[in-house]
Amino acid sequence: MNANSNSYTFIFAAALVVVVAAILSFTAVSLDERQDANVRKEKMQSILASIKVDVSREEAGKAFDAHIKDQVVLRNGEKVSGTKAFNISMAKQVSKPIEERKAPLYVAEKDNQTYYIIPLRGKGLWGPIWGYISLKSDGKTVYGAVFDHKSETPGLGAEINTNEFQAQFPQKAVFGNNGDFTGIKVTKKPAKGPHQVDGISGGTITSNGVQKMITDCVAAYKSFLKTDKGSYADNSNLPNESELAIAE
Amino acid sequence: MAEATETLEKQKKQSEPLFGKKNRRLISDPLNDNNPITVQVLGICSALAITVKMYPALVMSLSVLFVMGAGNVIVSLMRNLIPNRIRIIVQLVVVASLVILVDQVLKAFVYDVSKELSVFVGLIITNCIIMGRFEAFALTNKPWKSFLDGVGNAFGYAWILLAVAFFRELLGSGTVFGLQIIPDSWYLDAGGFYSDNGLMLLPPMALITVGVIIWVQRAKNSKLIEED
Repeated sequence: MNANSNSYTFIFAAALVVVVAAILSFTAVSLDERQDANVRKEKMQSILASIKVDVSREEAGKAFDAHIKDQVVLRNGEKVSGTKAFNISMAKQVSKPIEERKAPLYVAEKDNQTYYIIPLRGKGLWGPIWGYISLKSDGKTVYGAVFDHKSETPGLGAEINTNEFQAQFPQKAVFGNNGDFTGIKVTKKPAKGPHQVDGISGGTITSNGVQKMITDCVAAYKSFLKTDKGSYADNSNLPNESELAIAE
Repeated sequence: MAEATETLEKQKKQSEPLFGKKNRRLISDPLNDNNPITVQVLGICSALAITVKMYPALVMSLSVLFVMGAGNVIVSLMRNLIPNRIRIIVQLVVVASLVILVDQVLKAFVYDVSKELSVFVGLIITNCIIMGRFEAFALTNKPWKSFLDGVGNAFGYAWILLAVAFFRELLGSGTVFGLQIIPDSWYLDAGGFYSDNGLMLLPPMALITVGVIIWVQRAKNSKLIEED
């Protein structure tokens, strides 16, 4: 057949595309399981990092099982059954109004203390930002927080995934003393009090994004954290009055 | 008579050893005299983007090595079948599928590196060196030669990438392949006299480092000295 004829060109192109598609889909399907495992382990790593447990990727699965005692899905503060917290995509949930969200919650135990880990997801300047924040068993004091981002500016907004930024969060509180939900403000002025942390110079939009993300995501757990905490309530280690006074 | 010389030539061609002088030049030329980055000034964007650290630069080099070697062979094998009018698209399909293969494998086996390289693996597709070699060499040469040409050019690309990454990582972070080279006691924090140069981590210094390499190369290599 004439290599320059139209029909040859069409047949060649069609055959090439079919062959290439077959090879690529075969690879994608056969590697899918491994890739998925990597993504899941990374998620486990960041969840554990929020309660200050550092593990390598290989050990993430084991450590996750050891520390995470329960996974709950809440809607409007009520437990919902049928979905696994770990499989919920926060990207989908945060686009819904708070009342309709399925909010995943991880109940962790470390050194005989209970912690509640709340997944966060919001918008930075260039793309999505996300993270995990862990609250102590009083449902109010922050124990640890980790953040990450897809494409914030290096040196500016991208600083949210550094230790310096994240280390500001422990001991802050998401509820005021009178029980009102406050969230955590990321301020330009030097942070004061238990509800503020310092923002990042030059990363104002990302800083605001973090503030909005925390306020927005934690709000879905308001009633759960304030009242019953399910069966996990354990009042033995509530901070006493003097500690709170210092924090304020 | 003419026929006789033709067969003689054919025999000569066939009997050319796998690593004959000509074939060796296919590998050695792109390393220096005809380096894709410093002489042809192709593939600059990736040279700027992923040379902050040695390890990602190495993985990028290996990925390009695979895509160039395999791609050149595939295009060369198909060279008599490819319709001339759609040859660029065919080359693009070949390089794009190989890059997707690399991306999938990285995601499955070296997840951290794949995260770090993120979009740049996809950008191998737009690396002008690859399309350039397909079009200029693989389309008109036999598979073995094309393979050598691809590998040679990938090595030419790789050593520049690694050299730039070496200086940027050493001067910018005080490490090489993540291992600390500058002793802790030298740093200002510990009462020393030294501080990492943060500018080395930014893209402009990659351009300047490549520029310095080109400068040194042109000064040393008499073939590259232009007459004016």
